Amino acid sequence: MELTVGGRKVYCYSGGKTFDAALPCVVFIHGALNDHSVWTLLARWFAHHGRAVLALDQPGHGRSEGPPLADVETLADWVLALLDAAGVRSAALVGHSMGSLIALEATSRAPQRVERLVMLGTAVPMKVSDVLMQTSQRDPLKAIDMVNTFSHASTASKPSYPGPGSWLHGSNRALMRRVQAGQRELNLFHHDFGICDRYAGGLDAAAKVRCPASVLLGARDQMTNPKQTATIVSALNAQVQTQVQTVDAGHMMMSEAPDAVLAALRSALG
Amino acid sequence: MPGASDPGFDTLALHAGAAPDPATGARAVPIHLSTSFVFENSEHAASLFNMERSGHVYSRISNPTNAVLEERVAALEGGAGAIATASGQAALHLAIATLAGAGSHIVSSSALYGGSHNLLHYTLARFGIETTFVKPGDIDDWRCAIRPNTKLLFGETLGNPGLDVLDIPTVAAIAHEHHLPLLVDSTFTTPWLMKPFDHGADLVFHSATKFLSGHGTVIGGVLVDSGAFDWNAAHAQSGRFAELAAPYEGFHGMVFSEESTVGAFLLRARREGLRDFGACMSPHTAWLILQGIETLPLRMARHVENTRKVVEFLAGQPMVASIGYPELETHPSHALAKRLLPRGCGSVFSFDLRGTREQGKAFIEALKIFSHLANVGDCRSLVIHPASTTHFRMDDTALAQAGITPGTIRLSIGLEEADDLIDDLKRALKVAEKAGSR
Repeated sequence: MELTVGGRKVYCYSGGKTFDAALPCVVFIHGALNDHSVWTLLARWFAHHGRAVLALDQPGHGRSEGPPLADVETLADWVLALLDAAGVRSAALVGHSMGSLIALEATSRAPQRVERLVMLGTAVPMKVSDVLMQTSQRDPLKAIDMVNTFSHASTASKPSYPGPGSWLHGSNRALMRRVQAGQRELNLFHHDFGICDRYAGGLDAAAKVRCPASVLLGARDQMTNPKQTATIVSALNAQVQTQVQTVDAGHMMMSEAPDAVLAALRSALG
Repeated sequence: MPGASDPGFDTLALHAGAAPDPATGARAVPIHLSTSFVFENSEHAASLFNMERSGHVYSRISNPTNAVLEERVAALEGGAGAIATASGQAALHLAIATLAGAGSHIVSSSALYGGSHNLLHYTLARFGIETTFVKPGDIDDWRCAIRPNTKLLFGETLGNPGLDVLDIPTVAAIAHEHHLPLLVDSTFTTPWLMKPFDHGADLVFHSATKFLSGHGTVIGGVLVDSGAFDWNAAHAQSGRFAELAAPYEGFHGMVFSEESTVGAFLLRARREGLRDFGACMSPHTAWLILQGIETLPLRMARHVENTRKVVEFLAGQPMVASIGYPELETHPSHALAKRLLPRGCGSVFSFDLRGTREQGKAFIEALKIFSHLANVGDCRSLVIHPASTTHFRMDDTALAQAGITPGTIRLSIGLEEADDLIDDLKRALKVAEKAGSR
C-alpha cells in the first residue's frame, strides 16, 4: 500500500491483506540498505493472524520516495508521522539493526503511542568500524560483500527465505545492491552507516521507554555482537517489562532462522 | 562460515546449501525420498500454504535435497536462488512460461541446441509465443528484433554448433535499455568457466545432465535468477511482467515483486510453474548432480586441459579441414572468448574431416575410447557424426545451410589420459583416410 508522509510517497507492505487501522498494528522497520522484503514472511504471518501490518520502506529505500532522512531522530519522527498517515493511534514497533534504533527513538519520543518495542540485532551505541565506514564510502559494492558475509552465520541456513532454493548470501547481496542503486543522489550505504554510527541518544531513549520491550539476538551475530546488548537492557527503565531472547543465527536472523524469529516475535508481541 | 569474504568457488562447490544433517549427523547430503512433509499442526499447514512460513510441503514444489542443489548452483553462479527441474529443457520452458504467454514474443540467438530451437520455433509457436531468431554476433539485429510484446532475450554462452561466444555484456545492455531480461543457457561453460551474471545476464539455466552432473547418469536442469532485474520498475516503464508485479489470482492475489524484491521470479516460477506444469526433479537425481558438482572445479580444469591438447593435435592433421574452437585465432569469436572465457572454452567442439560422408562414418566406427552417442559433458569422451545421425535425412546442400559438412564431427572431451585420446583419434583418422582411397 502507498501512503503519503511529508508530501512524499511511502510504500508499506501490508502482509497480503488490506490494511485495517482498527486492528492491533505492528510496524516493521528495516535496517541499513534493506527494504520491507526482509520482513515479508513475518509480516504476512501477523497480517493473517489478526494484526494490521506496516512493513515500511524508509525514505529513499526500495519503493519509497527519497531523499533519505538524515538521522535516527528524524527517522523516528517520520515513523510517528507514518502512523498518523495510516490512521493508527498506537502500534507495536519492531526494528532490525538500524531499524531497531529508529524504533527505540520513536518509542522514547511518543511512549503513549508505542505498545510494544522489539529490537532485533541491536546494539547501543551502534558504532561502525572504521574499516567498514571507509569501505562503504570508497567502494560500496565491496562493503556490501563484506557486510553480507559478516551478516550470515552459515552457508546452509534452512529452510531458507523467503522459500526453499533461495541462496541467502546471494539474495541479500542482490537486495543491498538494488537498494544502493536506487539512490543516485548519494551513497546510501555510507549514509545509513553514518546514521547508525552517529546515534548517541540510545541510552537516554531507553530510559524513556514505558512499554514492554524485547531484544532478540542472533547467537552468532558478527555485526551487532550479543555482548553489546547488556548495555541497552540495563538502560531500559527498571519498571519496563524486558525480555531478551536468542536465536541460533547471525545478524540476518529473519532470513537465517525465520521460524525461530517468528516464535520469538509471537512471544514478544503478546 | 563467517569470515571477511564469502567462500571461494571450490569451497562453495562442496559446502553451499549443506550442513551436517541436524537429525542424524550425516555429513553427506541425505536423499529425502519423500513425496510430502508432515505439518506440525493445522496452523503450521495453513501458514506454509499461504507463504507465511518457509518450508516443504510436497516434493513437486520443493524438497530438502533439491533445495541443497538449488542453493549450491545459485551460490556458484552468484545468483539469488534457483529451481531444480526435470531437465534442461524443463528449465528453459519454466523460465519462458513464467514470463510469457500467448501473444508474447522472444528474441533468440539462432545458434542454439536443436531441442531449444524446436521448443522456440515450433512448439511455443503452437501456444502463441513467437520467436525471432538473430545471428548472435549481429548486435543490430538483436536491437531491431525487439517488439512491444517481447518478454526476454535468449542465447547460449557457447552457441551450437559453431561455439559462437554470446556477447553477454552487449546483448544484456540492449535488453536492459528496453526493460527486458537476458536469459542465458550456460550448459557448455558452467559457472567455473564463466558466470553470466557478472556480465549482465539476468537469468541462467543449465542442462545439469551435462557438466554439472558430469557422469552421464541423470537428466536434470537448474534455473537460476540473479535477483538483479527489477520486474516492478520494468512493469512501471513498459507494462510488461504483470505476472510478477500485479496481483495473481492463481495465488490469493499475491504480488510476487512485493513479497520479494529480488526473488519474485523464482517465487512465481515455483508457486505456479512447478505447481502447475510439474516438471520437477527427483531428489535422487538432485543428489547425483550434487555429487558431480563437488568435483566440478577439478573436472572442468581437466576437461579444458585435455581439450586444448586434442585441439592442438587435430590442428596438425592433414585430414582435418577446420576446427571450430574459440581459443583458436581463426575462430570468429576468438577475441570475445579471450575476454569472457579466460579459463577456457569448454570441452565440446566440432571439426570438419576432409572427405565424404562415408569417411566420416569410418572415422566414428574406428574410435575405441570415444563413445558414439548423443550427449556431451560426460567424464568419458564422446563423439557424434551429425551427417549420419542427427541430420542423416539432409542432403549435402541442406547440411551446409545448417553449418554442417559431410565430415563434421562433434567431440566432447572427457577426463581420460589426453595421450590415449589422441592415439584413438590418430588411429581413426588413418582409417578414415583409407576409406577415401577405396
